[in-house]
Amino acid sequence: MDKLIELTEAAALVPDAATVSFGGFTTQRHPMAFIYELVRLKRRDLYLFGHSPGGDWDILIGAGCVKRVELAYEADEAFNTIGPRWRLAVQRGEIEWEDYSNFAMVSRFAAGAMGIPFMPIRSLLGSDVLARQALTQEQRAADARTSPKKLHVMNSPFDPDDCVVLVPAIHTDFAVIHVQKASADGIVRIEGQTFADVQQALCADTVIVTAEEIVPEEILRREPERNPIPYFAVKHVCHAPFGAHPYAVFNYYDYDPRQLKVYHDNAENDDAFRQYLDRFVYGVKNHAQYLEAVGGKTRLDTLTADAAFGYRPDLKRRRLD
Amino acid sequence: MADYTLTELMAVTAAREIKDGEVVFAGTGLPMLGAMLAQRAHAPNCIIVFEAGTVASQLAHLPMSVGDPRVMRGAATAAGLSEVFTYVLQAGRVDVGFLSGAQIDRFGNINSTSIGADPRHPKVRFPGSGGSCDIACLAKRTIIIALHEKRRFPETVDYVTSPGWLTGGDSRRQAGLIRGGPTAIVTTKGVMRFRPDTKETYLANYHPGLTAQAVADDTGFLLAIAGATETPVPTPDELRILREIVDPERVFLK
Repeated sequence: MDKLIELTEAAALVPDAATVSFGGFTTQRHPMAFIYELVRLKRRDLYLFGHSPGGDWDILIGAGCVKRVELAYEADEAFNTIGPRWRLAVQRGEIEWEDYSNFAMVSRFAAGAMGIPFMPIRSLLGSDVLARQALTQEQRAADARTSPKKLHVMNSPFDPDDCVVLVPAIHTDFAVIHVQKASADGIVRIEGQTFADVQQALCADTVIVTAEEIVPEEILRREPERNPIPYFAVKHVCHAPFGAHPYAVFNYYDYDPRQLKVYHDNAENDDAFRQYLDRFVYGVKNHAQYLEAVGGKTRLDTLTADAAFGYRPDLKRRRLD
Repeated sequence: MADYTLTELMAVTAAREIKDGEVVFAGTGLPMLGAMLAQRAHAPNCIIVFEAGTVASQLAHLPMSVGDPRVMRGAATAAGLSEVFTYVLQAGRVDVGFLSGAQIDRFGNINSTSIGADPRHPKVRFPGSGGSCDIACLAKRTIIIALHEKRRFPETVDYVTSPGWLTGGDSRRQAGLIRGGPTAIVTTKGVMRFRPDTKETYLANYHPGLTAQAVADDTGFLLAIAGATETPVPTPDELRILREIVDPERVFLK
């Protein structure tokens, strides 16, 4: 079955107030082309679940697309140790959130993917991640998609002296992941670290895959052990070359330090952030035009991965001027 | 005049906490410098694990993220967060983890969530735990890296993102944590360690050019300084490896 659709078509399937999770990790493999479409579509009240997102969430939060999030971390790591729009949204009371840890969030996705109601973990004990909650009981009660309880501590029924923390399963309306290769019928090849893409995909009602390359299924079927998601769980496939820019895709291209600098130089300030959106998101029609706006082939050629490394060993990452 | 910088001294001090053959859970920044240095100096058989999904990387270029394509270099295994957290960290296979934060108290509890009494209405918001809380709970021991300022070492932290020794004594075990706890805090001014019984910090080393009293004066809680000695300085070989092999691009080195 051919599941290929245009990126613009796929993004339009996500309605206001949908629950969504995006693949990737901080500065890697986020489905940015899809996210820019959501910003252009001016989606509102999205409810996001993630472990360690970065600028994928930051731009959505800054553009006013997001109402509630459950997460462990939001930043572009060493490029900027805080997501500027996330910080501002929290400090201004413009977003509702709940804090977990990475292990807790990926265990929650895993529970959803397995079809069980929770997962026991040995983390969080003694912390305020366990003791405190950011969402009030009223806020939890007001949205049935939020777990009525943040977590639950229990002793093992097999050993009363052994204590674990139960974290609630996640189910989302959509999961959108960006991968290296996919076939038109939805076989997915992830190269390098998988992050939590597999668990995130398998706890969603609708899985949308954006891929650097669309390849014939017989190529992917030659090494089925490298295709971690049952293809019938994938609803739509989009071809999106450089679809994670300015973030890295192992074996394809590196992160773009210059574009990340432009983002972070602008994102701290409301007017400058608005200008960034105007120039790179609202002011372009699609991802091809976006790639032109960030410097086109000249820029992208500087990011293309060296096949021996899977990244760009000579990439200049500091002191760019 | 010292022939090394403060960042270099901290990276070397952190690296020396890693023993040969140990499994190291490394985070972004100074811990990566320390782990790469250790692997190329005194601990060639240490195993570097990154929470985004790789085991036993042989780093050729300094990563800027634990999910950076650079961590794939020479890795023995690549998977995802769930696999690393579950089978490596939670199962008790990590010897030493590195942590950092905005506030640290005298029991090594760390805040990397927010500043202000009410975390729902914080004065300043930080990224959040990421994997820090998990590492703090589940590694066999942890090393904390921190900027040393009075406000960063308060009597109590505003939010315990990553549990240290909690309220001292056996409170960590009472909370249900089955292993771990911080063994050192490497700061811009010295190295603190923890009393075996009370689990309170004491100053073990002060960096060259400082005095133990000066370090205590820049600490927000009462810091015992008796017996503190000067931090051993980097060797020329360690400095050469750091500058020429680990971070020639000066991504994290200053």
